Amino acid sequence: MSTLDRRQFLKVSLSGSAFALTAQLLPGRALMAADHEGGLSPSLFVNIDSDGTVSITCHRSEMGQHVRTSIVQVVADELEANFDDVQVIQAPGDPAYGDQNTDGSRSIRRNLTRLRQAGATARQMLRQAAAERWGVDIRECDAVQNVVTHTPSGRSLGYGELAAAAGRLPVPEADSVELKSRDQWRYIGKAIKHVDLDAVTSGQAVFGFDVKMENLHIAVIARPPVLFGTVKSLDDSAARAIPGVINVVQLPALQPPAVFNALGGVAVIATSTWAAMRGRDALKIEWDHGDNASYNSPEYMQSLLETARQPAEVVRQRGDAPGVIASAAHKVSAEYTAPHLSQAPMEPPAATARVSDGKAEIWACTQTPQSTRATVAGALGLEPEAVTVNVTLLGGAFGRKSKPDFSVEAALLSREQGAPVKVLWTREDDIRNGYYHSVSAQRIEAALDDEGNTTAWHHRTVFPTIFSTFNPAAMSPGALEMGLGFVDNPFVVPNMQLERGQAKGHVRIGWLRSVANVYHAFATQSFAHELAVAAKADPKDYLLKLIGPPRHIDLAAEGAEYPNYDDPLEAYPIDTGRLANVVRRVAEQADWSGKRAQGRALGIAAHRSFLTYVATIVEVSVDTDGRWKVDDVFVSIDAGTIVNPDDVRAQCEGGSIYGLSCAIGQITATNGVVDQGNFNDYKVATMPQSPHQVHVDIVESDAPPAGVGEPPTPPFAPALVNALYEATGTRIRDLPVPPIIATS
Amino acid sequence: MKVTINGAEREFSGDQSMPILWFLRDELQMTGTKFGCGKALCGACTVHLDGQPTRACVTPMAAANGRSITTIEGLDGSVGEALKGAWKALNVPQCGYCQSGQLMQAASLLNDNPSPEDADIDQAMAGNICRCGTYPRIRAAIKMAAEGKS
Ligand code: FES
Ligand code: FES
Repeated sequence: MSTLDRRQFLKVSLSGSAFALTAQLLPGRALMAADHEGGLSPSLFVNIDSDGTVSITCHRSEMGQHVRTSIVQVVADELEANFDDVQVIQAPGDPAYGDQNTDGSRSIRRNLTRLRQAGATARQMLRQAAAERWGVDIRECDAVQNVVTHTPSGRSLGYGELAAAAGRLPVPEADSVELKSRDQWRYIGKAIKHVDLDAVTSGQAVFGFDVKMENLHIAVIARPPVLFGTVKSLDDSAARAIPGVINVVQLPALQPPAVFNALGGVAVIATSTWAAMRGRDALKIEWDHGDNASYNSPEYMQSLLETARQPAEVVRQRGDAPGVIASAAHKVSAEYTAPHLSQAPMEPPAATARVSDGKAEIWACTQTPQSTRATVAGALGLEPEAVTVNVTLLGGAFGRKSKPDFSVEAALLSREQGAPVKVLWTREDDIRNGYYHSVSAQRIEAALDDEGNTTAWHHRTVFPTIFSTFNPAAMSPGALEMGLGFVDNPFVVPNMQLERGQAKGHVRIGWLRSVANVYHAFATQSFAHELAVAAKADPKDYLLKLIGPPRHIDLAAEGAEYPNYDDPLEAYPIDTGRLANVVRRVAEQADWSGKRAQGRALGIAAHRSFLTYVATIVEVSVDTDGRWKVDDVFVSIDAGTIVNPDDVRAQCEGGSIYGLSCAIGQITATNGVVDQGNFNDYKVATMPQSPHQVHVDIVESDAPPAGVGEPPTPPFAPALVNALYEATGTRIRDLPVPPIIATS
Repeated sequence: MKVTINGAEREFSGDQSMPILWFLRDELQMTGTKFGCGKALCGACTVHLDGQPTRACVTPMAAANGRSITTIEGLDGSVGEALKGAWKALNVPQCGYCQSGQLMQAASLLNDNPSPEDADIDQAMAGNICRCGTYPRIRAAIKMAAEGKS
């Protein structure tokens, strides 16, 4: 979002809080006031009832990062509302809230200031209302924990008693609203427990799968096993004979580009989940698999590797890396591959739709209510305003639920059936018909001088791009993906050349927690360790040497396009000092140089993503059979200003374990059909495989807030393979890491 | 057939091959028990059948005839309360979706073994997947609940 957008936004949000303050008391006047302020918007972040109830709206999706807690912390702090009494309202999809797409680790980094302003504005209006009531100067009126007090006289009024009067006041200009100083923060920066803990531990929390309503029909869908496949013939007689099956509906075949549209196939609509599942099992469908039936993972990986061995398009250049390497006495080269992955959120996709009278209402575990609204409207031929999208809790998401295809399915089926329909995805549906993390191959060559310094780095990355999901002709990764841990290579090596190759997509390529950072960090940080080995240096010291002196990297000067996660470089430079700092801190935390027991070893990796700096040390043990285990994990994170340290810790714990899953899982295809289907063949980390503890060290900082949900994931896999190398002498360059490693 | 759910007797006259999960979720509207895999591979649907941890997604109603089921909605008693208390004290859940199953599985563990070692916890909890990666906190919360009890 540009600065201009942000300013407009703030205006909308401020008039919104004025409206909200009065909404239930004086709607007519509130509308006038809002109009007068130049923007008419629905109530946004703050609502205060005359009985004193304070409600705060969370406009981002809750998927385990505890955003419903952190947003309330921020607003309640500046509002001086008592946190424990605040009611949290989950916002529907509406552009009035600004961006609601809960991905890119930006809920806090993009909202901290504007949400503070929303809370502070409401607080100032409450103080103003009290001052006018008492005929005193606002500067003598203090608002603390739901009460405004006139300090000289000791008179006081509750927020509820002031809400109506406050709502009649003009909304103060943003620059006249004073924000608290950091030392006045009551909730921001504190480890506050999650607002949904009671609901979750008692089984009352409502996820997308749990939506209930009168006359609700359940649908499961037999989707084409190969992307863009079509139904050649269908015999649904056995399915229709199953008690409880109401209807069998053939969905329109999907034409490229896939975008967020429904995949097509055959839906079974029933009175219960069990009947729908049995009905689907009874369908006899012959498929025409189409062109993507040519997709076979082993051959495809071979073709990616061949591309990675050929010169490709240069995206960043400093000096003459190929020339230096060609004439170097010491060369190191390596190739790294990583398979497709599935986000596999614990709750598979699920959406309920009720379409009638030219209107649609959706209830879904969506990361993106606004694009759900737009896509559903498009599919039904309605205006977006005719579509309401309600956001349930999300049972995990990791990028999968920022694609609204499942809501589109529910909407199409509800319209067809004339009844509310809930579409449920089984685990097999989720694993076989996903938006996959991209498969990749990379080649890196480097030159070392006689002292073991790296003098040249030449790196090529090849993978089918996310953009192929939106434009089937797209063969080259975009600046977005190049900016995820590739062109932003932080190493001080004097000669550097980075290139991207071309690849064709055969499945829907999507984004998964930290996206291309996963494989780019894997290759870059593994290779850094290989260079340390070649230079006979300590891997942590060598990593620090590669990172070099503290500086801000100017990528534009080296021809690289770099979106910097859509935030300005002035506020969020690529700061190698901060990267080196987390490396040093994690090494100290893990007692890097200390002795380890026989069979145990440490591996280190560090990576900047989503504007946050993370260094990870993984401690492994390997038994005499080569069976390995992660014993301990140490993380140091610098995410700038943070709102809730316990949530940052939790994301470092969970993000590391998600990184472990990324290192052991794989999705492959045979003749275009995904080979895996459930947790028996799509491996994810379990409790016995996971570290007993993830030790988290948070750098205290007043730098602008940066991302937290994704950055802990990328450094995990390289730290793991580096540790395994130290323990066994075997280098894993091709993911997944096998359960047993040959010791050399 | 009759089945007791969280202490209340219920009638069931439908398809005996239907997994208990859908009786709970679709017919009784008790959605605390979750679907994660449908194949006894993730533990999200764990309930107690006559006190034993059971995957509701693969256990047919026929197996519940005349027996007693406890779900997350009915998890109480000293073990249940100690676990829920520890879960909250350590802020265990992230998204929360797996946690009904984790709590039910952990309750079985503590019922059988009031002071489990790490290896016992690994063994008991190995089949309960958490994609958010709350395993370290689950482990710590089980120990905290066990200590609070003993
Ligand atoms: S849903 Fe029953 S074990 Fe996964
Ligand atoms: S808390 Fe999200 S899957 Fe366990």
